[in-house]
Amino acid sequence: MRIPILRLGDILLTSIQSDITDEQALALQADILRHIDQSAVQGIALDISALDVVDSYMARILSETARMVRLLGGEVVITGMNPMVAVALIEMGRDLGGVMTALTLEKGVEKLRERLALLSGDPEEDADYERR
Amino acid sequence: MNADDISIAVGVHLPEDVVRARQAGRDAARALGLGLADQTRLATAISEIARNALRYGGGGTCEIKGSQDGRYREIQVTVTDTGPGIPDVNQAMMPGFSTGNSLGMGLPGARRLVDAMDVVSRPGFTQVILVMRRRSQ
Repeated sequence: MRIPILRLGDILLTSIQSDITDEQALALQADILRHIDQSAVQGIALDISALDVVDSYMARILSETARMVRLLGGEVVITGMNPMVAVALIEMGRDLGGVMTALTLEKGVEKLRERLALLSGDPEEDADYERR
Repeated sequence: MNADDISIAVGVHLPEDVVRARQAGRDAARALGLGLADQTRLATAISEIARNALRYGGGGTCEIKGSQDGRYREIQVTVTDTGPGIPDVNQAMMPGFSTGNSLGMGLPGARRLVDAMDVVSRPGFTQVILVMRRRSQ
């Protein structure tokens, strides 16, 4: 089963709805890159609030996906990480290495739009960002 | 063995089985009354070890046993495979080994999430035992 990727205006949204296999995670990574490439959309929010286990492999897939999207000129925000998942990851000596994160999908979308506005160098948006 | 002791065996032959093994570990931890943090620690550690058995060992089994007496609640997870074995267990247990460019074995990470871990490996037999133990409530 593939994980759907939705378009919401100028960004993409995807949500992992249950515990997934390594293969599903890799397929999602490939799908995200393909969507970014084909849709000319620069940002994607990836909600992982339903993931109750993120082990070292999944953590690596997530952070690599973010870095790959960045290489394409886009941005990823990972949202909704379960607090217990954060505890286990840090105790294991892992994290998501510089990936933009947010507590909720809503906050993540906001953060992503701010970042994309900065990247695109729209002066009005920049000013808006500075005021916050 | 008490009536409320737990014993589950999950065959690890497909990627989905890694998911089943970690969820079975979480269920066992929950059944023993362990908190969400411990449930997640155990499930994450099992995920690392079960993946190794599948990926490097060609598949194996994951046995989860939970027990409690007046003093302790304990979960023991035994993951066994009949693959080629870990060439150098001591090296595989060093954090640097798994965070390099290779896929890594995930052993040091798993070790930090549980109270004890034992690894025995030779060609044709690799067994990793994880133990999580908490005081009884």
